[in-house]
Amino acid sequence: MSERVLMKGNEALAEAAVRAGCRYFFGYPITPQNEIPEYMSRRLPEVGGVYLQAESEVAAINMIFGGAGTGERVMTSSSSPGISLMSEGISYIAGAELPCVLMNIVRGGPGLGSILPAQSDYFQATRGGGHGDYRLLVLAPSTLQEGVDLTMLAFDLAEKYKNPVMILGDGFMGQMMEAVEFRTPEPMDLPDKRDWAVGYMERRGTRALVKSLYLDPEELERHNMKLQAKYREMEKNEVRYESYRTDDAEIVLAAYGTTARIARSAINELRREGLRVGMIRPISVYPFPYAPFENLPGSVKNVLVVEMSCGQMIDDVRIGVGRTVPVHFCGRVGGIAPSVDEIEARIREITGK
Amino acid sequence: MKETKIFERPKSMSDVPTHYCPGCTHGIAHRLVAEVIDELGIQKKTFGVAPVGCSVFLYNYIDTDMYEAAHGRAPAVASAVKRIRPDMVGFTYQGDGDLASIGMAEIVHAANRGELITVIFINNAIYGMTGGQMAPTTLLQQKATTCPLGRDPGVNGYPMRVAELLATLAAPAYITRVSVAKPKYVGKAAAAVKRAFQTQIDRKGFSFVEMLSTCPTNWGMRPADAANWVEEKMIPYYPLGDIKVPE
Repeated sequence: MSERVLMKGNEALAEAAVRAGCRYFFGYPITPQNEIPEYMSRRLPEVGGVYLQAESEVAAINMIFGGAGTGERVMTSSSSPGISLMSEGISYIAGAELPCVLMNIVRGGPGLGSILPAQSDYFQATRGGGHGDYRLLVLAPSTLQEGVDLTMLAFDLAEKYKNPVMILGDGFMGQMMEAVEFRTPEPMDLPDKRDWAVGYMERRGTRALVKSLYLDPEELERHNMKLQAKYREMEKNEVRYESYRTDDAEIVLAAYGTTARIARSAINELRREGLRVGMIRPISVYPFPYAPFENLPGSVKNVLVVEMSCGQMIDDVRIGVGRTVPVHFCGRVGGIAPSVDEIEARIREITGK
Repeated sequence: MKETKIFERPKSMSDVPTHYCPGCTHGIAHRLVAEVIDELGIQKKTFGVAPVGCSVFLYNYIDTDMYEAAHGRAPAVASAVKRIRPDMVGFTYQGDGDLASIGMAEIVHAANRGELITVIFINNAIYGMTGGQMAPTTLLQQKATTCPLGRDPGVNGYPMRVAELLATLAAPAYITRVSVAKPKYVGKAAAAVKRAFQTQIDRKGFSFVEMLSTCPTNWGMRPADAANWVEEKMIPYYPLGDIKVPE
């Protein structure tokens, strides 16, 4: 029996990682995610793990590369500019097919931007971020409870696909407090690390080789095709989303993360007035849930994408919706979230109601 | 007549031809590492980290668990592996561009944390794989493709003595400089590699072996002239010997 505890977002995510069996954390401080490394530095030694503060995000992600090669559950966390610095290493990790979990508590950009919440790293997260044809599996929780559940799932998925999994949060989520419950997920049938990881040469008889270099063009093409096949598997198995009051909706909102919570309030307000508003909330943003946008109920006349960015997820929504109905946008940036009133006003403007 | 085998390939070295140029000393350095791994009987509990540079294919030649790291980051990779698998023996093998230029932060901090790893640092005063550009260790007046008139300290600063720099830190246990340019130096180089690995196994601290090496191709010299150049130009600036030894 688990119980509900009141925790700060960053700490709840960190504890979820520990409960999922993460024992090794390598990271570098950056606001607004510092509570994650701070929590890990205290917590991991208690459970026989290792916390190591790296000299930079560049070193941190290369420690993850090394640590992930042992097959143990390793994690780092950062925020936007730090993720940019890590992107080269993330590409190596994806290329070498290593499992790890990355937390990105997104802040405003570009450049040093601000330390306030944002969703302006959607492109970076969902398109890989670094060089080469690779994808991360990206999960975008909307509440702390969902953040806890998805973090636990993330470690399993990372091992299942031998691929980095990113938890895409935002500064609100990191800093807010909410009651959460740590629920043990259903056990997954996962590959045995002793078959491939560093440290088992004696047992296996053959060594482990962790690399992303393939100088022979045909070999590199084959390697890429293997990665692509894996991404197609993820697209088949790992799409997650929530449909909220879409059945009879005239206008459907698309929003993820904290923004989806604000959108939900706007929907509930307008529903009370009889406006038929619903929402599709992507939970996995890679793989993106295109199907619900391709198959909108016939009642839908407009789609409104709400983001804390200048419009990034809207590209994926447009791919899904195609030319069937107009796709509109409502976004705020700079650390400002669209308010319930703003979203309502935009809906009234579009629907003329 | 009975044949007695007195010389063979180390067991930890793969039976493949290397890709190195004639007169390059990487092969000797690789062999010294493999011999020590054999001598200590640690092949199956050793992991190595290859750099980016001429020795990027180290993993094809040393038959232990291996990583191929991003440019300069081998000490970060090795630090994490060793923290997770403290009973393994870990080494990085890095050139001067990899370790002393792009990877300066990683090597300094790994050394400063006293990571229980062994670093083999190949100093041949030039970028080899990319075709002879200036390295942090390029000597004054030495010509390179990116300092065609010779290294000018007013423009490019001075050649870095990495071993001495690391020896200013408290944590490292063993820091030494050897050469593999001529047979007469190789015995000491072999002993240094063994002592470095032993320092790690005894958990005394971080160990670092700088090896003055040749690059005839990018120096534009015949192999014999390159070996002489190490002796005449490099050793006076990069003196051989122990800089820090374990207590």
